[in-house]
Amino acid sequence: MIRVNNSDDTQLDQLMGNNLLNNTEPGSIPLTGLPESIRVMEGDAGEVLEVSMGPQHPSTHGVFRMDVVLDGETIVKLKPVFGYLHRNHEKIAEQISYLGTMPYTDRLDYFCSMTNNWGYALSVEKLTGLEPPERAEYIRVITGELTRVVNHICLVGFFVQDMGASGTPLMYAFREREKILDLFESLSGSRMMCNYMRFGGCRVDLSPEWLAEAKKVVDECPRFLDEFETLLTENEILIARSRDVGILSSQKAINAGVTGPMLRASGVNYDLRKVDRYGIYDRFSFKVPLGPVGDCYDRFMLRILEARESLKILKQALKDIPEGPIMDAKSKIRNFKPKPGEAYGRIESPKGELGFYLISDGGVSPYRYRVRSPCLMNLTVLEDLCIGSKIADIIVILGSVDIVLGEIDR
Amino acid sequence: MVGLGILKGLRETARNLIGSFYQKERLTTVQYPEEKIAPKENNRNFPFLVFDKDPEANLRCVSCKICEKECPPQCIYIVQKRNEKGKAVKYPEVFDIDVSVCMSCQICVEVCPFDAIKMDQEFALSREDRFEDLLFDRVRLSKSNEYYHQIHPTEAGEVDGRLKEQRKQAEAKAEAKKQAAEKAAA
Repeated sequence: MIRVNNSDDTQLDQLMGNNLLNNTEPGSIPLTGLPESIRVMEGDAGEVLEVSMGPQHPSTHGVFRMDVVLDGETIVKLKPVFGYLHRNHEKIAEQISYLGTMPYTDRLDYFCSMTNNWGYALSVEKLTGLEPPERAEYIRVITGELTRVVNHICLVGFFVQDMGASGTPLMYAFREREKILDLFESLSGSRMMCNYMRFGGCRVDLSPEWLAEAKKVVDECPRFLDEFETLLTENEILIARSRDVGILSSQKAINAGVTGPMLRASGVNYDLRKVDRYGIYDRFSFKVPLGPVGDCYDRFMLRILEARESLKILKQALKDIPEGPIMDAKSKIRNFKPKPGEAYGRIESPKGELGFYLISDGGVSPYRYRVRSPCLMNLTVLEDLCIGSKIADIIVILGSVDIVLGEIDR
Repeated sequence: MVGLGILKGLRETARNLIGSFYQKERLTTVQYPEEKIAPKENNRNFPFLVFDKDPEANLRCVSCKICEKECPPQCIYIVQKRNEKGKAVKYPEVFDIDVSVCMSCQICVEVCPFDAIKMDQEFALSREDRFEDLLFDRVRLSKSNEYYHQIHPTEAGEVDGRLKEQRKQAEAKAEAKKQAAEKAAA
């Protein structure tokens, strides 16, 4: 776990930017009682210690490593290291058919496979000019918003668990998530890897029983959120750990390309559902909650508020859903070849702006395929958020950023 | 007052704890190996091949290899059967699915024009050997239409109706062709 910079280890210093540790000359100070390989470096800021957190750290949400340089307990430098879960998603997509990429998009952000499907389907629809029928659009909104609820309540559970609330809020969140995953299973056949949306519609139709079940779940969910809020929002420990920790100013957030709840927690009113109005989001009335400060507490609260807004959308969508076809008649499964061109489709996934960029050369597989992943963009500000805070705050800050390594590494 | 928020939260926890003894919705777990929750009708796991009456003669697969081509992780391997003269027969000599590679995406089912491959609900497939034992061959994959009706009743009903329709149309076409030939001969 703990690795202290060796004076010979200049390669790592160079990787780290070499600002702080450039003064390698004065030599290292051996500490008694530590192995010989562990030494403390003397840098510009006095004695600093380099700690490698992860990749097996339980709070890093997967295999993610942070090289942290510490002055006492204060963080002076942080370098995120990722790529442990890299599996060639973009290159594979350039070699298989357009439809074949759909199940792989499930595995990007494995918490929200429905929104990943939607984003990919949207960009292929932009490329080919297919138009999903009304009912399919409603189904997409319903499944997408259910995914948002799942993601946000689970994130809150993980976030609190990272602070040491050993499981209780997370288990309550998982209990609720289970109901929604059951809905996904009875609709698409799989709990998490749904592979549900298709170019120009959805794969299978909703049954009236499913709708009734979904209505029941949606009606019960606000009660659970109330319970969750009484459990957590006034908790003194949570407030002490998260308020004024990892403050992200709105300018910095915009400059870094941060999107999603993290950006809105910093007070920037930017929600693609309102900005782009993709799909049929212009038909629903919902608010975009904004955070006043941009600290971890705001990010935590914003998720609960967004889940509530999603439930509002769900109520409207479940009420209004029309009858009709669910697939564009022009769409075909075999021998799908879009005309040459390029398209960028983006949606507001629970984590931020999820975009898919496609270039077609008229063949069966895309010439270029690229994912704009919200987690990766949001992670770029991690160092700015962490510098100056204590080492225990890294965990809280990382938890509030909401990353899924499947999407970062791809 | 400091601590009030924690007390409020603890009240909620206590309510859940006590409630779990009385309310079903607060206690959602089951004791798995003894107690099993029935899978949902649409649940899918790994593909299998459907046959109508006889597992050898009435296999619906005609070895067109569309699923082999479309399978995203490339886990299907098909060799077409040839008769004594070396002519290709509409039947798979070898049909292997490596379930350790399969990612249960259902694309083979969607692309199949003959409704020959469908999704199973069998799970807990752990084996001693992860290579040989998880490479399912044609015999292991073949399952009857009745079994398909058992696991996906609605879907299987639709498929049966569609196949019946197709057969009717084919028969009518053949009949028309025959009559036309007779007419031409006359």
